[in-house]
Amino acid sequence: MSLNWPILSVLIWLPILGGVAIMAIGEQRATLARLMALAVSLLTFVLSIVLYSAFDNSTAAMQFVELKPWIETFDIFYRLGVDGFSVPLILLTTFFGFIVVIAGWESIQQKVNQYMAAFLIMEGLMIGVFSALDALLFYVFFEAMLIPMFIVIGIWGGPRRVYATIKFFLYTFLGSVFMLIGLIYLYSESGSWSILDWHQFPLTLAVQKWLFLGFLAAFSVKIPMWPVHTWLPDAHVEAPTGGSVVLAAIMLKIGGYGFIRFSLPITPDASAALDWLIITLSLIAVVYIGFVALVQQDMKKLIAYSSISHMGFVTLGLFIAFAVFQNTESGRGAALGVEGAMVQMISHGFVSGALFLCVGVLYDRLHSRMIADYGGVANTMPWFAALAVLFFMANSGLPGTSGFVGEFMVILAAFQANFWYAFLAAMTLILGAAYSLWLVKRVIFGEVANRNVEQLEDINAREALVLGLIAVAVLAVGLWPAPLVDLMHASVEQLLQHIQQPKFSVAGI
Amino acid sequence: MSLKTILLLIPLLPLAAAAVAGLFRNQVGRAGSHWVAILGVGVSFFLSAYVLYLQVFGNLETLNYSVYTWMVSDGIRFEVGFLIDHLSALMMTVVTFVSFMVHIYTIGYMAEDPGYQRFFSYIALFTFSMLMLVMSNNFLQLFFGWEAVGLVSYLLIGFWFKRESAVAAGLKAFLVNRVGDFGFLLGIAAILYCFGSMDYSEVFGQAGSISGETVSIVAGFEWQWITVICICLFIGAMGKSAQAPLHVWLPDSMEGPTPISALIHAATMVTAGIFMVARMSPLFELSDAALSFVMLIGAVTAFSMGLVGIVQNDIKRVIAYSTLSQLGYMTVALGVSAYSAAIFHLMTHAFFKALLFLGAGSVIIALHHQQDMRFMGGLRKQMPITWITAWIGTLALIGFPFMSGFYSKDSIIEAVHASTRFGSDVAYWAVLLGVLITSFYSFRLLYLTFHGQPRYRVDVGAGDHPPDGILQHAPKESPLVVTVPLILLAIPSIVIGYMTIEPVLFGGWLSDAIMVLPQNDAVAEVGSHFHGPVAMVTHALGTAPFWLMIGGFVLATFIYQVRPSMADQLQQKMPRLHRILENKFYVDEFYQSVFVRRVINIGNGLWKKADAGLIDGVLVNGSARLVGTISERIRLWQSGFLFQYAFAMIVGLIGMIAIWVMLK
Repeated sequence: MSLNWPILSVLIWLPILGGVAIMAIGEQRATLARLMALAVSLLTFVLSIVLYSAFDNSTAAMQFVELKPWIETFDIFYRLGVDGFSVPLILLTTFFGFIVVIAGWESIQQKVNQYMAAFLIMEGLMIGVFSALDALLFYVFFEAMLIPMFIVIGIWGGPRRVYATIKFFLYTFLGSVFMLIGLIYLYSESGSWSILDWHQFPLTLAVQKWLFLGFLAAFSVKIPMWPVHTWLPDAHVEAPTGGSVVLAAIMLKIGGYGFIRFSLPITPDASAALDWLIITLSLIAVVYIGFVALVQQDMKKLIAYSSISHMGFVTLGLFIAFAVFQNTESGRGAALGVEGAMVQMISHGFVSGALFLCVGVLYDRLHSRMIADYGGVANTMPWFAALAVLFFMANSGLPGTSGFVGEFMVILAAFQANFWYAFLAAMTLILGAAYSLWLVKRVIFGEVANRNVEQLEDINAREALVLGLIAVAVLAVGLWPAPLVDLMHASVEQLLQHIQQPKFSVAGI
Repeated sequence: MSLKTILLLIPLLPLAAAAVAGLFRNQVGRAGSHWVAILGVGVSFFLSAYVLYLQVFGNLETLNYSVYTWMVSDGIRFEVGFLIDHLSALMMTVVTFVSFMVHIYTIGYMAEDPGYQRFFSYIALFTFSMLMLVMSNNFLQLFFGWEAVGLVSYLLIGFWFKRESAVAAGLKAFLVNRVGDFGFLLGIAAILYCFGSMDYSEVFGQAGSISGETVSIVAGFEWQWITVICICLFIGAMGKSAQAPLHVWLPDSMEGPTPISALIHAATMVTAGIFMVARMSPLFELSDAALSFVMLIGAVTAFSMGLVGIVQNDIKRVIAYSTLSQLGYMTVALGVSAYSAAIFHLMTHAFFKALLFLGAGSVIIALHHQQDMRFMGGLRKQMPITWITAWIGTLALIGFPFMSGFYSKDSIIEAVHASTRFGSDVAYWAVLLGVLITSFYSFRLLYLTFHGQPRYRVDVGAGDHPPDGILQHAPKESPLVVTVPLILLAIPSIVIGYMTIEPVLFGGWLSDAIMVLPQNDAVAEVGSHFHGPVAMVTHALGTAPFWLMIGGFVLATFIYQVRPSMADQLQQKMPRLHRILENKFYVDEFYQSVFVRRVINIGNGLWKKADAGLIDGVLVNGSARLVGTISERIRLWQSGFLFQYAFAMIVGLIGMIAIWVMLK
């Protein structure tokens, strides 16, 4: 089913224009700003459901394509379209667009309109990233998205917010500059900015390797991979709850999406040649970062490190395909890896978003993120404790929750390539459970640790709604992931066929 | 109601009960929650028994079907489905029966606990998880059930979450189980690699196809794929069924309330590993190496854990070590291909061990949560029902003739004796001496608890938390909700072995689920000498196990009844042995210093040195400093003095001309 109106443009510009409008109503009318933000984000979410139901998952072709000339002198088009990789991520974005508005309802009291506007604009830009098919348009969204996040951390952030924002900005900006060089090179060679054209554009292996490294610079910082991950814990610690949620739930996924949209299809041979690099870094992320997460004293830092470790599964799943093709005749496991990586991204969105919200709930009450300041929270906040334990269990990959699905798929896929890949990846079973449940033990269980904890009030209806919605999503994906993976089968299959065709043979070298 | 509906209801009723009791705890109230949970699990039991009845008397065929497709990826179907054969029907009935008894018992045991509804929610959820595990027809659902029972176990061990030790024990149980699950998951991944399927029947169907295929995981060593698969799977079983060296979590799990010690940590969940290996018999049969490994692990556990049980003073811990030891027996049985004997012992053990635990719980309530046997004694007068049922449980455990445990344990010992597998002679000695040890610690427990003189004092004015050995009220027999389950469990503890040994063990009743190669079939060898349950007893009177059991009884009677001072003297005479046993062979201390502390050190090292020191300190902030330093220098050149700029231009011009000239 196709729609006769430009749904993608509406999805992108509705929150952006809505955000601008909210900014325009001024700082004084906080309640109006909140209500407007709620309406806009809810409408956007509903529209994304329309997108989902109109999406045809039997084809890998781009759908809802829009094409308008933008800067014709340089062949730049306003070119949009989505496939099985983008739709789940757009749904995740709109879902959290709605969640962060409710989450910031009471805890943000200053400059409410600007806060809400920043998040809505960010939402539109991120949807733009997931639907842009013109590389320059992608790049504009990709960079523009940083600005509202920069502002969110810089204004509503913690005491070291300036260091964190600058580190965050420079890190990610430096990475994307290398990508920009690659994009300009590709345009100068091919005469087009269309990403899909580039997928077919023949390139020599040497050129591919340079391009691959350029893309890697951008996306490895974004996702982030070890060793360019150190901006993330700082950014999370200083960001307000909503900022952390969007950062963890969606922004990191843009790195993974970049690998799928750029690295793998544009430079398939370089990806095959350098897959060992990604696999190694991914496994380091899973194991090394797992150890680091274990010793964190700050809840947000712990969750941030846990995110990095979980993102290791995304990059591992995406690049394990080449090793699988080499090790098996059937190639069984390649699609499992890519789909596992996608599921892991969606699931991590839910779980990490929920965990940052949980920390936010505690922070709103006691203004501390330190594990040592808590203890025995279950005594005073039983419903909160139940939800938090659920999310931490999901974080440690318990079957029946979404956290299990992606890790399970990627570990199975990794085994098809090499026993030791699976062995190291499966270490997360122990490490993930250790850092998640040790935190639960220290924060949630035990006797009431101090007077502050004694006076805690359980979550109110608004907080229960936010966490409850995510809990439903976490369980739904865990108990029945079929609808999610069915969305992407066609696209994954096409991607895997594509990356097995050498590009340089077409280039005649 | 169609059979498929019934089968679906069996796990879903407890799940629904768990949801109602947990989410609507305030709406349904205390009584509401226990009625919902008991009704859910009770109906589930009757339906399970009905399915078993259909199989035994109605010739119900094996059912194997999918309930829903969880996911399809890469052409691999991940299903949620049921395989209902004799093995799963037997397990379902045992699990729901014990769970049903424990649910009723809980009304009495937890009567004063503020977390009453939560407790019922958890145990109903446990029943659901365990049923999903045993009913599964594929590896995905098996793993789901496997981890789900682990989750509930974690929640229930830490049920009294204010107690630091309870929460720590829960965490320990979960993590040690995760170590096992780590191996289990790799085993499942290896199965996918070798067979391309998650479905039991497809995998078992092609099990022979990989015989002889090897893999080199460590360079220079060629291993059979089937051995790798089986050992990985068995590592999972070692975690869940608490086999050495992954046994350390089970004794600590006694921090949880006693009903769950009976249900989860004795009768059902810990037997999941045994069940799993029996279920996987078509794979294990193909690897003699893996089976030898299984047998030796089991033998070590059966023998050494029984020894530790001798020196424990906490009544629950004695039974916990006894459970470890009995699980070792079952594992040994698996290792000699006597899968049906393992399942048979699993069943009888479920009844008498649940009985013993619930009996211990009954004592514990009577003594106001005193668990130390040094402050018990003489309770037979005040608690006659608990006392008699504890005797029944003990006789069943030690394998007294005609009791259920006699048939199952003797069969295992005979099967080990008959086996020719590498290592079976060592295992035989372990299980044989284990009989003496079992008998000894069991009678020690009985004597210290129920016989002799009371070692506590009743003092009405002692306050709410009197010191050890002083009670505010005199102990009295527990209420009916506690004693009725004891009686209902005592009945199968006596008769189930006598009644079912012939069909379950030697009649091939389980052969639709369990595959044994003819050359490995130790049970058939034992069965060839079997002439009915009575003849088995008369035959046993002349064999070693019987006299070892009597020996244990005599020894315990002498030490704890005739000469009560002797226990202390022995302890003083053998201080080193006593210390080793009391410290449980120092396994916990070893893990603490080798793993736990080291892991924390590694984490801190990586974080502070590598992350903060190298990456951030040198690379990130370092390059920022470098940029800063360079720009500081360069800034000096932007002096704003015209003569300096002019000078620079002249120098530059001369330089360029010079280069141009030289190149010419």
